Amino acid sequence: MADAPLAPNLATPSPDEDEGPLYIARKAIYPQAVKGHFRTIKWIVLAVTLGIYYFLPFIRWDRGPNAPGQAILVDFTNNRFYFFFIEIWPQEVYYLTGLLILASLALFLMNAVAGRLWCGYLCPQTVWTDLFYSIERLIEGEKRDRIRREKEGRKLEIFSLRLLKHAIWLLIAWWTGGAWVLYFADAPTLVKELATFQAPMIAYIWIGILTFTTYTFAGFMREQVCTYMCPWPRIQAALTDEYALNVTYRYDRGEPRGSMKKNQALRDAGLPAGDCVDCNQCVAVCPTGVDIRQGLQLDCIQCGLCIDACDNVMAKIGRPTRLIAYDTEMNVRARMEGRPEVRRIVRPRTLLYLGLIALVGAVMAGALGLRERLDLSVLHDRNPMFVRLSDGSIRNAYTIRVGNKHLDDRRFALTVTGVDVAKLDIVGGEIDAQGRAILVVKPDQTLEARVLVSASADGLASSTNLLFTLTDLAGGETAHASDHFKAP
Amino acid sequence: MAHETKEQVDAVTGVTTTGHSWDGISELNNPLPRWWLWSFYLTILWSIGYWVVYPAWPLATSYTRGLFNWQSREAIVADLDDLKAQRASMTAQLARSSLDAIKQTPELFAFARAQGKAAFGDNCAPCHGAGGGGAKSYPNLNDDDWLWGGSLAQIEQTIRYGARSTSDKGHQGSMPAFGRDGMLKRSELSNVADYVRSLSGLATEKGADLAAGAKIFADNCAACHGDKGQGSQDLGAPNLSDKIWLFGSDKATIMEGLWNGRGGVMPAWEGRLDDTTIKALTLYVHSLGGDQRR
Repeated sequence: MADAPLAPNLATPSPDEDEGPLYIARKAIYPQAVKGHFRTIKWIVLAVTLGIYYFLPFIRWDRGPNAPGQAILVDFTNNRFYFFFIEIWPQEVYYLTGLLILASLALFLMNAVAGRLWCGYLCPQTVWTDLFYSIERLIEGEKRDRIRREKEGRKLEIFSLRLLKHAIWLLIAWWTGGAWVLYFADAPTLVKELATFQAPMIAYIWIGILTFTTYTFAGFMREQVCTYMCPWPRIQAALTDEYALNVTYRYDRGEPRGSMKKNQALRDAGLPAGDCVDCNQCVAVCPTGVDIRQGLQLDCIQCGLCIDACDNVMAKIGRPTRLIAYDTEMNVRARMEGRPEVRRIVRPRTLLYLGLIALVGAVMAGALGLRERLDLSVLHDRNPMFVRLSDGSIRNAYTIRVGNKHLDDRRFALTVTGVDVAKLDIVGGEIDAQGRAILVVKPDQTLEARVLVSASADGLASSTNLLFTLTDLAGGETAHASDHFKAP
Repeated sequence: MAHETKEQVDAVTGVTTTGHSWDGISELNNPLPRWWLWSFYLTILWSIGYWVVYPAWPLATSYTRGLFNWQSREAIVADLDDLKAQRASMTAQLARSSLDAIKQTPELFAFARAQGKAAFGDNCAPCHGAGGGGAKSYPNLNDDDWLWGGSLAQIEQTIRYGARSTSDKGHQGSMPAFGRDGMLKRSELSNVADYVRSLSGLATEKGADLAAGAKIFADNCAACHGDKGQGSQDLGAPNLSDKIWLFGSDKATIMEGLWNGRGGVMPAWEGRLDDTTIKALTLYVHSLGGDQRR
């Protein structure tokens, strides 16, 4: 066999033998309840994240009479996004890009410190699935209760419990969709409208969509979303390094595994014996149905529940806890070979991510603090580029747009410098005694106007730089825009 | 070996391979999850449902229309009707307000300009250019020189009834063919052409008799173009003393006009465009050059 060295243990079944299933059904998982350190952390994270999600739209924020009073609001009708003291216009959507960059870097940092922290504790898929699992256990009990009920043939009880479970699931799913739409309209008003069936159809449609996705993803798809649909496990695996802590079975301590009795006998005989008693509790509590003792694997979301399960068992049999723990493969090997452990949370990778987070955060905060609350954009007429007037002078026309990001009326004066302006005219504003163009822009609005600039044709180059200066007559804030003055 | 088998089992994962090997790397034959298979069947079912309710299959002379009886043309008509309904209140305001009143109301003025710009692109741009920049014999609507007047009322009049158009109310009056019709001799025309060029300070040909030209101008041209060549908006006679030339300022072009006459046509748009569109066009054209006070 030519390729034997590359694949030494290839079995060679006969050609007639079944090729194996083309499709596999999901292996049903009934994770057992567990109590412990990480379970408590998960309950707290679940309460906090869901609390934020469900109740945030109800927080009020006073912005005066010309803007909505909701702390977080995506106002599609008026093209505005409100986030507490920040108001974002569509052209400022790059702040959202900045936020996404920060989120990615935070994800990378988490990954460099302790692997899939996001997957195990924070991801909505994990949080809602966890919630749905706990409701399932609350109503139908543990796996053994269900099996007993099946065996005893208590069909009516099984049916009614199932009905109750799905009803509660659907209620939660519906509330999830309901909370979603509240981010897009005034929450208290929309709740009233929804309750009295006065809300716009699109609100009901979105509630329906999110009810469906929550119910199917958390109730049925569950760990399959993580295993098959989510790209992060793949990206994560490519980004991680040997120093990142992961939920690890310490096989240096655990192997050879065996029953308590057998291992005690080995120990008494002075032979090597592991702490793992092969009780399978780590598998029983796992929400993705993996065996952590097989090492790092794609399906493991690193929620730490197996640590709790194993700790409970170790405490009972009087062995040290943390046979499964946040550790690294590198250290397991180091201990086996008698080398010292290496723990390096502070290392170039984490420092780089921290530095980038600080940099992007500082740039964003700076940009936010320094951003103009006044916009001026100028667009030169394309056709005609210039016009000769009856007295021989040249006129150029521009479309200007002024954005007033303040929440009250503002009065602006526009001046043009660069050519010897013979006459400034405006359509959509007025000219004051000093020859400036005066524009009044409503609160949180833009105004478009047409500006006509005339200059004597004598000595004009074919293109001259122009500077438009817009000054707030009350506050003094200015905005500039440059363009050209075209001539024959 | 006795025979090469296709199926092999990978030692590490215990999964069969496809039997293909590339440089010693073989592909695992992992089974697909069953939910994926269900989703696939569901899409097939969905497509069948789609054929039933939506137009789908071509027939010899027609097509299957589907239970919903949906048509892209009807959908567009419905969209356009929606648009009209959305604009209805603004359109109604436009219809009942006077041109000056619209100009004083910023939102309405902006709406009219936007609508006017679209209508201009559809109806006027072929002659006057996309931005109203004009062309030879088609007036530039951005400048301050108006053949028939640049006030809101005058612009509306010209759009509505046209010039030398089929409408009885359209502007009349045209430039006679002085040469072709034998009213003036070529030498006389040459002198008057030089004289006209001198009115706006353009160079004249050597040996041109400007005095003779002035006399001919006073006798033949001043009636319409004015004694100083300042033109007349009532008659559509261009101002000959300014820097704007509809056909061109070179002597040959002026001679051509004198010989053959001129009479560009602006169609009457009444009846072809509705009243609000004509109003919107008027405001848009008026805004191109700002407030036309002449």
